[in-house]
Amino acid sequence: MHLLVCGGTGCRASESETIFHDLKTTIASKGLENEVQVITTGCFGFCEKGPIVKVMPDNTFYTRVTPADVTEIIEEHVIKGRKVTRLLYINPETQESVSDSKHMGFYRKQIRIALRNCGFIDPENIDEYIGRDGYQALGKCLTEMTPEQVIEMMKKSGLRGRGGGGFPAGLKWEITRASMADQKYVVCNADEGDPGAFMDRSILEGDPHSVIEAMAICGYCIDGSKGLVYIRAEYPLAIDRLKTAIGQAREYGLLGDNILGTGFSFDIELRYGAGAFVCGEETALIHSMEGLRGEPTVKPPFPSVSGYLGKPTNVNNVETFANVPVIINRGAEWFSSIGTEKSRGTKVFALAGKINNVGLIEVPMGISLREVIFEIGGGIKDGKKFKAVQTGGPSGGCLTAKHLDTPIDYDNLIAAGSMMGSGGMIVLDEDDCMVSIAKFYLDFTVEESCGKCAPCRIGNKRLIEILEKICKGNGTMEDLDNLRNLGQVIKDTSLCGLGQTSPNPVLSTMDNFYHEYLAHVVDKKCPSGQCKALLRYIIDAENCVGCTACARICPVNAISGERKGVHIVDQAVCIKCGACLEKCKFNAVFIK
Amino acid sequence: MEMIKVTIDNKVIEVEKGTTILDAAHTVGINIPTLCYLHLHDLNITNKPAGCRVCVVEVKGRRNLAPACVTECTPGMEVSTHNIRVLNSRKTVLELILSDHPTDCLICPKSGSCDLQSLAQEMGIRQIRYEGEQSTYREDTSPAIIRDVDKCIMCRRCEMMCNDVQTVGVLSAVNRGFMAVVAPAFERNLDHSECTYCGQCVAVCPTGALTEVDHTNNVIRTLADPSKTVIVQTAPAVRAALGEEFGMEAGTLVTGKMAAALRRLGFDYVFDTDFAADLTIMEEGTELLDRITRHLKGDTTVKLPILTSCCPGWVSFFEHQFPDMLDIPSTARSPQQMFGSIAKTYFAEKLGIKRENMVVVSIMPCLAKKYECSRNEFKVDGNPDVDFAVSTRELAHLIKQANINFLELPDEDFDRPLGDSTGAAVIFGATGGVIEAATRTAYEVFTGKKLDKVDFEQLRGMEWIRRAEVDFDGFPIKIGIAHGLGNARKLLEEIRDGKADFHAIEIMACPGGCIGGGGQPLHHGDSSILKARTAALYREDAGKAIRKSHENPFIQKLYEDFLGKPCGHKSHHLLHTHYFDKSNPVEIE
Amino acid sequence: MATINSLDDLRKIKAGVQARMTLREHSNTPDQLVQIKVAMATCGIASGAKTVMDFLITELDKRNIEAAVTQTGCMGYCYAEPTIEVTVPGKEPLVFGCVDTKRADLIIEKYIKNGELVEGIIPVNYESIDEK
Repeated sequence: MHLLVCGGTGCRASESETIFHDLKTTIASKGLENEVQVITTGCFGFCEKGPIVKVMPDNTFYTRVTPADVTEIIEEHVIKGRKVTRLLYINPETQESVSDSKHMGFYRKQIRIALRNCGFIDPENIDEYIGRDGYQALGKCLTEMTPEQVIEMMKKSGLRGRGGGGFPAGLKWEITRASMADQKYVVCNADEGDPGAFMDRSILEGDPHSVIEAMAICGYCIDGSKGLVYIRAEYPLAIDRLKTAIGQAREYGLLGDNILGTGFSFDIELRYGAGAFVCGEETALIHSMEGLRGEPTVKPPFPSVSGYLGKPTNVNNVETFANVPVIINRGAEWFSSIGTEKSRGTKVFALAGKINNVGLIEVPMGISLREVIFEIGGGIKDGKKFKAVQTGGPSGGCLTAKHLDTPIDYDNLIAAGSMMGSGGMIVLDEDDCMVSIAKFYLDFTVEESCGKCAPCRIGNKRLIEILEKICKGNGTMEDLDNLRNLGQVIKDTSLCGLGQTSPNPVLSTMDNFYHEYLAHVVDKKCPSGQCKALLRYIIDAENCVGCTACARICPVNAISGERKGVHIVDQAVCIKCGACLEKCKFNAVFIK
Repeated sequence: MEMIKVTIDNKVIEVEKGTTILDAAHTVGINIPTLCYLHLHDLNITNKPAGCRVCVVEVKGRRNLAPACVTECTPGMEVSTHNIRVLNSRKTVLELILSDHPTDCLICPKSGSCDLQSLAQEMGIRQIRYEGEQSTYREDTSPAIIRDVDKCIMCRRCEMMCNDVQTVGVLSAVNRGFMAVVAPAFERNLDHSECTYCGQCVAVCPTGALTEVDHTNNVIRTLADPSKTVIVQTAPAVRAALGEEFGMEAGTLVTGKMAAALRRLGFDYVFDTDFAADLTIMEEGTELLDRITRHLKGDTTVKLPILTSCCPGWVSFFEHQFPDMLDIPSTARSPQQMFGSIAKTYFAEKLGIKRENMVVVSIMPCLAKKYECSRNEFKVDGNPDVDFAVSTRELAHLIKQANINFLELPDEDFDRPLGDSTGAAVIFGATGGVIEAATRTAYEVFTGKKLDKVDFEQLRGMEWIRRAEVDFDGFPIKIGIAHGLGNARKLLEEIRDGKADFHAIEIMACPGGCIGGGGQPLHHGDSSILKARTAALYREDAGKAIRKSHENPFIQKLYEDFLGKPCGHKSHHLLHTHYFDKSNPVEIE
Repeated sequence: MATINSLDDLRKIKAGVQARMTLREHSNTPDQLVQIKVAMATCGIASGAKTVMDFLITELDKRNIEAAVTQTGCMGYCYAEPTIEVTVPGKEPLVFGCVDTKRADLIIEKYIKNGELVEGIIPVNYESIDEK
């Protein structure tokens, strides 16, 4: 018998370590250590009901266990085989206690659709994909459905583009189908560039065939025989796996001429991107594929009408495509039963930042931020206080504690001043300075702007200059006004999505954390202590014994004082290196 | 055409479907400011990358502002072109552009004719709220063009000219974000690129980022040197445009005033490149007839068509891009170089002075002429046939500096013997003019008959590529004309593919020919100016007593006294040249 | 590989593979192989999945344990890379996180050989579409 004690941070914070220890000693005292093992596990993703103890092999799932419950669990369950009913999870819908975690699927917040095969099949073996319903959807489309029917199904499913914009995929396919041309293209946008987002890479590395299959289905629908994957060259493993997968699909005749004897032909080529963020914008992506400078052009014309080489081109991103075969196999109703009214299905998020369970998750649309961060994500690292979460990468904004219970979908995020983006979620805690965070993201957009339009090229540079000024303690109230005006103008006048969203991190942190900006500007203080220039190293006269250690270590001779007398830091000279703080043995140096 | 109704600034107007907001607004007298936008209507040249964002307007129901230059009107659209949101955005964007632009306007070569400066003035910009770091780049000086790209505002007009119109492909955007700028590949210098120095980039640059190499000070110093005999020649297209620099209407002919001004500037002899243009016709025409005659006699080695070679931008272009076809163009030097060569031999001998003591200055509508006169094959013992090629714009500066009231000047004649020319020479300045001049002479020489009518209307016009047939007394001569190097490329590719059966082709690098040259007064996107200049040249031609080059008595005398016969030994030495393969593959340093 | 010429062919392959995979995943026959999947996405490889995989292959062989070690994509537990999923015949698959060679050794010795659980188990906290 095994007793599994959750060792996730959330549970540890509520004494799971004591429980673990008590379980062990109690078992030892009963002389059962050979029959019963106690081990800690990773997070169950159910922190709200923690600490969790799971008994194997009968899968009993005890929630909210306290050290006081240990004896009862051992006496009753382990020795007498009787479950401790009061510790069982109560299904909130039926009010019945659930004893077997096998019947607790509903506690699992995640549903894996796009990631269905990731971590499950060998991505380099097409048979394993086929074994998991692979290419059935393509077969079904080609033999049993007309392109119009497939498009109708896609529209009914409510699948929206997962790359950020959220344009309905079925509608895009329909428009591309309606554009007449001798050649049309299916393009898969695998130019994932948001800092902290890597779901597309994971899908291509873990399940490349799902994308290939979906592209072929899309080709069938729009009447195009050529597919192109625009993938960043920094993803060598994804490229390798994709190439292997394309090769295998060709060998099986699932790509190439006359697929499954239906007369439909489709093949895929790779195009490598040099890692420019702006090339995730579809017109820039297309220009880059054409061998031109990767910069956007005005829409309309949309790629669906005039795209690659001037031909109608359907561009979807990796995650969008990965959903397609499942929709075909399981039906539009099944898919649209998941999620919210306007955002159907699931979304993959890359959880990062100050969160315990950093990782890739896939959750139904409409899930709350609280569930994502405190359940699946296992809460904030080191028991710190949650401050905000940045969604949508450099194009998004921050959501704060007041948004914790907002259902996550495309429209709610925009209403909250952020956006879905490609699904990066960077969690920030009390130690993060929001001005610095805004600066971090702007730094990225300034680097990644293509430079074509003036507001993005120069405006973002000016924004970051103002932020730098503020972080150095030289900001004025006028700067704050300028920041807001400039941010709004950049949004209003930039050519493409990059510039139209680049001020979001600034504007949204200003909306939600204006007091932090004020602290930097008016009080010349960084509340989180992140802005080095605003730190003040001060020597406490009470504790200082005048050992002179700090004065000797100071590289710029900013500290003065007599031996055995109180020392003083000259703030004008101090470079905030922190050497004095480290050196002082008497806790006399502190940061203000 | 489907008509749609839109509302702009509360005015309901009806426009054709597909009309942009910018154009629609123009029809009701609303001028939305633009900066990167450029539209040369008659030439069908358009640049609208929608990059400057100065023309943004508010469209009801749209999330962000719309660039008027590219946004097409849709039925029922409601547009505000100057509400507070639009004005604030427009001003902010302009301030941003100015914040990354040197403010050395007072000493900028473009001062007074800078589009950015005028816009800042119109918009009433009195402060820049967003000051910060400015992007800086290495300055690049070539024989003809200076790139001071600190002043580049990424309007991409030059890039469009260089790539789409000229297909030279030297200028394109490099770098990203704040450091993005237009430059040759690998940010090399122009003189290490395939640049032809056509100067069309300079002609459209809204700021001082692209300007000509200025020789005005060299000219002033030379004129002040008593040991030098300073001779000036003026190209045909200059007289049709110089007046614009003094506020005269485009298309005003200022031939006489120009000659008077040059004399007052202190030139010892005021001559005319037109004289050399007549000489060019003698040489090139003879070459054409020689090739045709040999062709008719069954000589299969003869190369047809013959291509004109007066345009130095065009010469550079085929040396770089078509090195396999160097034997097709005429070997005749350009009029500028023929003039220099004759001046420093024939005329220097006449004056009895050494060539070192003679300085030849040319006034050109062209920047490539600066490069041409620096080419080694046009030097004798290191002394160039033409010392300084000065643009129309530079001449205007010279005149202004010399305190000459140009508008009040009397009309004066050129000096003799190198100042007299025919109507055939003056039309060299317009596309189709050289070939028309050649036709007038070649016809009479070939057929032995007098032309009743010297005007060949079929060779004129603004169409990019023109094809015409001229009946040489039963023998049809097929003529091709292209202006703009992109169109030249098309014709050359036809020839290379054996698809063309022309006898003669005229090519001019600049749209419209020399009247649209890179050294001319700036047209600021108004193509009617180019048309007016063209018309002026044909007017001058029509008013001339002699309109055929071979009838120029001074040309006849030059051959009698000095050269012998056209394409003879001496003229071969002095008036012809050879071409070089310049197709060096790019090396990355 | 033979070309698949029709949807029926495709279905046949699927049935075949599925049968094999079902065996692999949920076998009740004790003589079946131990199945180990190593998450080999870029992140896994970067944190040492390749070393772990090599270790597992050589050690299982040395210790005469019949096992199939295969690679798979990202399981999503970035905080606990490298991750492996171990399916001992007759038992539910178990995911272990933060697997270095030391832990891999423990997994072989304790879990695979004796069915004792070892530290590092990551409870599966998602629904697969098969359940939905």
